[in-house]
Amino acid sequence: MTNAALKELIGSWFPNPEVPVDDKPEKGISEVQEPQEPQPSSLLEFTEEGSEFLNIIVPATHLHALMLKLKTHPDTHFNYLFCLTGMDWEPALGVVYHLESTEHRHMVVVKVKTEDRDNPNFDSVSDIWRTAEFHEREVYDFFGIKFNNHPNLKRLFLTDEWDGFPLRKDYVDDINMVIK
Amino acid sequence: MQETTTINNFKSEEYFINMGPQHPATHGVLRLLLTIDGEIIKKVEPDLGYIHRSIEKMCERDSYQQIVHLTDRMDYLSSHINNEAVCLTVEKALELEVPDRVKVIRTIIGELTRIASHCLWWGVMGMDVGALTTYFYGFRDREMINDIFEETCGARLTMNYNVPGGLMWDIHPNFVNRVKKFIVHFKTKIPEFDRLLTENIIFQKRTKGVGVLSKEDAISFGASGPVARASGYSCDVRKYHPYSALDKVTFTEALQTQGDTFARYVVRIQELWESLSIVEQLIDNIPEGEHRVATNAVIKLPKGEYYQKVETARGELGVYVVSTGTKNPYRLKFRSPGFSNLSLLNHIAVGGKIGDLVATMATLDLVIPDIDR
Repeated sequence: MTNAALKELIGSWFPNPEVPVDDKPEKGISEVQEPQEPQPSSLLEFTEEGSEFLNIIVPATHLHALMLKLKTHPDTHFNYLFCLTGMDWEPALGVVYHLESTEHRHMVVVKVKTEDRDNPNFDSVSDIWRTAEFHEREVYDFFGIKFNNHPNLKRLFLTDEWDGFPLRKDYVDDINMVIK
Repeated sequence: MQETTTINNFKSEEYFINMGPQHPATHGVLRLLLTIDGEIIKKVEPDLGYIHRSIEKMCERDSYQQIVHLTDRMDYLSSHINNEAVCLTVEKALELEVPDRVKVIRTIIGELTRIASHCLWWGVMGMDVGALTTYFYGFRDREMINDIFEETCGARLTMNYNVPGGLMWDIHPNFVNRVKKFIVHFKTKIPEFDRLLTENIIFQKRTKGVGVLSKEDAISFGASGPVARASGYSCDVRKYHPYSALDKVTFTEALQTQGDTFARYVVRIQELWESLSIVEQLIDNIPEGEHRVATNAVIKLPKGEYYQKVETARGELGVYVVSTGTKNPYRLKFRSPGFSNLSLLNHIAVGGKIGDLVATMATLDLVIPDIDR
């Protein structure tokens, strides 16, 4: 599927409750009103700016539902999670998922973020793609992002006593880090 | 500890045993925590991080030229292909078209790297299941490739031959001749590999039906490379997302369907032939031209996100660069093939014996620095 087709299909799964579904607007007095800012029709935000893929920004509450649908829907069928990246966007923390379909060979990027740096948490997708189990442990190890319903969430590379999360931008280690 | 099985009134109990971090079969500093009942494996839990260097964090303070050098130290047996991945990402971001000569040389050396890596794997695979001779045979042929690399790149293992924009310097005048000699030599050696190990009945009994991975699980676990292709999952990056000169050559993707240890073995042997064929198609047709295009001394990538995948000897390596327009990446992530391939070890080893685990691990072809990064 092309990016435009993907955008239309995926956008229709999560309509924005703020926008009335009414597709036949009443004519008359309402037309005189000043044109309002068009509300986004979907809870998801789509962008292709500065990236070769279609980027979907999803609210954390809808992450798991979206991911499940992306994998199971026959037209999208994103069955291959090839990259899962933890991100520190300062101040937001988040996760970037790169998905590919081995059947249709299209790709998409899903991003989720949270402003809560003290207790960031998202739903785990390890029940959808088994590979996420290790990748989410890596993200937890380096960014301190917790994944709900993860079967075995503990540090992967660092020791359990390690203080802090090294890949966060505000991490300071005067001894081991060489700062240029 | 709980009692698990009772045979002839003898009760057996589960217990833990450490495999590694200095175990010869783990090929590096990987520790496996095995839960076993007698000799049957109940659970395999890898303990990672013994050589974690946080390359991703180091990249955030390095320039793009410096990052290339760090990638050698991940999967050191595919160092040229790792270098290429970063260079391709930078070139993609800068919209820099490299000369055809560079593309062809990169592909030739990349495929030679794959052959060298598979030679080492083949030697070690035999050694792991008890056939020490293979080790010397594998290293003999790998040595010839390393000599070729040494002459052209100045290094045998961590080559650093790629730079953003092309190659560090041109190929050595002997390069073409020596590669041709190697092709002739190696064509007589792969059948020898087959006679020695592939057709060996003891070897076949140790590997057939062991560590079976289904196609669905391979995809779900994010497997790639020979591990995935042995399960019938067609995933060769060289086919689906060709880079450098790979769109100019014809080759067949090595595929097997059984998904067991022997199938993974056979896929790699097939890949030796395919890589040899790719080198053969290109070696006489290296175009004339520059070996490098000029880039700025300080490379700044435009703001945005870039992703490049390449096929290393172990599978799909992804480089994900997030740039804010400065001379350093804001975030750089390496999606390493070994990391995903290791995650499925527990799934395919449970129920087998410790000896089978050694054979299974040998065909996963793990390189630990690639997993630890």
